[in-house]
Amino acid sequence: MPARFGNPPERSGVSAVLDNLDLYFKAFGYTVFLFLVSAVLALVLGTVLAAMRVGPVSVLRTFGTAYVTLVRNTPLVMIFLFFQLGAPKIFDTLRFTWVDIHIGPYDFTSFFSAAVAALSLYTAAFICEAIRAGVNAVPLGQAEAARAIGLPFGGVMSQVVLPQAFRASVPPLASTLIALLKNTSIAGVFGVIEAVGRMKGFTNDYADERVGIFVAFALGYVVLVEIVSLLSTLLERRWKVA
Amino acid sequence: MRFTRTKAIIATAGLALSLAACGDAGEETDGPDVEVADDAASSFDDGTRMKELADAGTINVGVKYDQPGLGFKDAASDIPTGFDVEMAKVLVASLGIDPNDTSKVKYVETISDNREPFLEDGTVDLVLASYSITDERRQVVGQAGPYLVTGQQLLVAADSDIESVADVEGEEVCSVTGSTSLDNVEAEGAKPVGFDTYSECVEKVLDGTVSAMSTDGTILAGYAAQNEGDLKVVGDEFSEERIGVGYSQDYPEMCQWIVDTITEAYDDGTYEEAFNATLGPSGVDVPELPEMDACES
Repeated sequence: MPARFGNPPERSGVSAVLDNLDLYFKAFGYTVFLFLVSAVLALVLGTVLAAMRVGPVSVLRTFGTAYVTLVRNTPLVMIFLFFQLGAPKIFDTLRFTWVDIHIGPYDFTSFFSAAVAALSLYTAAFICEAIRAGVNAVPLGQAEAARAIGLPFGGVMSQVVLPQAFRASVPPLASTLIALLKNTSIAGVFGVIEAVGRMKGFTNDYADERVGIFVAFALGYVVLVEIVSLLSTLLERRWKVA
Repeated sequence: MRFTRTKAIIATAGLALSLAACGDAGEETDGPDVEVADDAASSFDDGTRMKELADAGTINVGVKYDQPGLGFKDAASDIPTGFDVEMAKVLVASLGIDPNDTSKVKYVETISDNREPFLEDGTVDLVLASYSITDERRQVVGQAGPYLVTGQQLLVAADSDIESVADVEGEEVCSVTGSTSLDNVEAEGAKPVGFDTYSECVEKVLDGTVSAMSTDGTILAGYAAQNEGDLKVVGDEFSEERIGVGYSQDYPEMCQWIVDTITEAYDDGTYEEAFNATLGPSGVDVPELPEMDACES
């Protein structure tokens, strides 16, 4: 952003945003949709990965470890690039042209799907590690007791270990999800006109109001992140073991 | 703020992807040889910015690196090529600085987002980066010109049914995120799809994910020529972009110098030569020099 404000006097108004509130909210709508869909997919995939990594099957353990190492060490932009430019050339399905959903003013097409794929695959690696930390926090005796009453691995995980692990994982999971919320901004340069994409449009059209536009969009993110952290605090309180 | 960091990461990644390694060989560009003014410093009045720059013998110019025909830098060359760059060279040469000497002239990449900030904080002295003149921009920076008027068209697959901008209503149309072109297609009823660079949009048109891409006709013609038989440019120009030279508002005296220098370059044929060497191959005729806006002071 501009390194210097003021001379010559720069209008720091936000009329660019106020006059286009519909576009502003639609852009943040895309941000929220990207976040929600990716969060659900990442949580599911991350939980499965965590189960693989703590499970008894060594092939799955190796796969889980390899996935986390590979994906967590790859910049998100590279994963986006792969899904936009690489994957479609290898597998035609990965062009996601079969996705064509329209809800109200929102269009969920190829670009939205590719962004969701990149975001959820990337975030799943971090979710996996947050949950694994939670699993490690569950006393070993819990799993042993569950096995002693004859539960198979699936039962041990789903009924004894994971419910406790999730509780212990809420704070790191919230951080991961907040990071995901902000990572959605990368989709702005990969075909989805979400908040940052729209902000770039505004600053291009209203060069004299850059400061106001930036503040307006930053505030939008602050509000969304606050909502996520508030929910996590509530959840943490509710799930606190009495 | 984490948000600025996210932005910075995107910007850095974008830069890393678009910045190419610089070789140190002095690549010869195929533009016209611009004559460097002798003893230029004495021809400017004391206290003007032009005099300061001529005395210092160095200048930073902001150009695009990713627009074939206007401002484009490939991995192998030190100096970008394109019509904007040629115009920059004309201006630099009139200050008595050799425009092909990269130790004296720095061609800084300015993406659309940082053209105004770079001028305001003095990172660059001039911006020639397909810089459309608008009232909003003139609030914060100086813009002299226009030296070129272009319009926006559509680039579609060779077998596409799209014939004009009316046909893209409700279709997805690609352009660079945050560009005026993207706003214009949105205003025409198309669904905007924004990417970081034009080349990514071209990919998306080639593989059929989007039905068209849109930006200045000159740029599209370059891509159509690159992919002859697969892509074509259709429709009339449906917008008018007046491309000008950006300078800092701290130095209003630069405006008249820019206008005079470019007018002179048009009169002596350098303009035509520069145009033919850069945009000519895409099949565009040399335009008349547009009537430039009067400088205020």
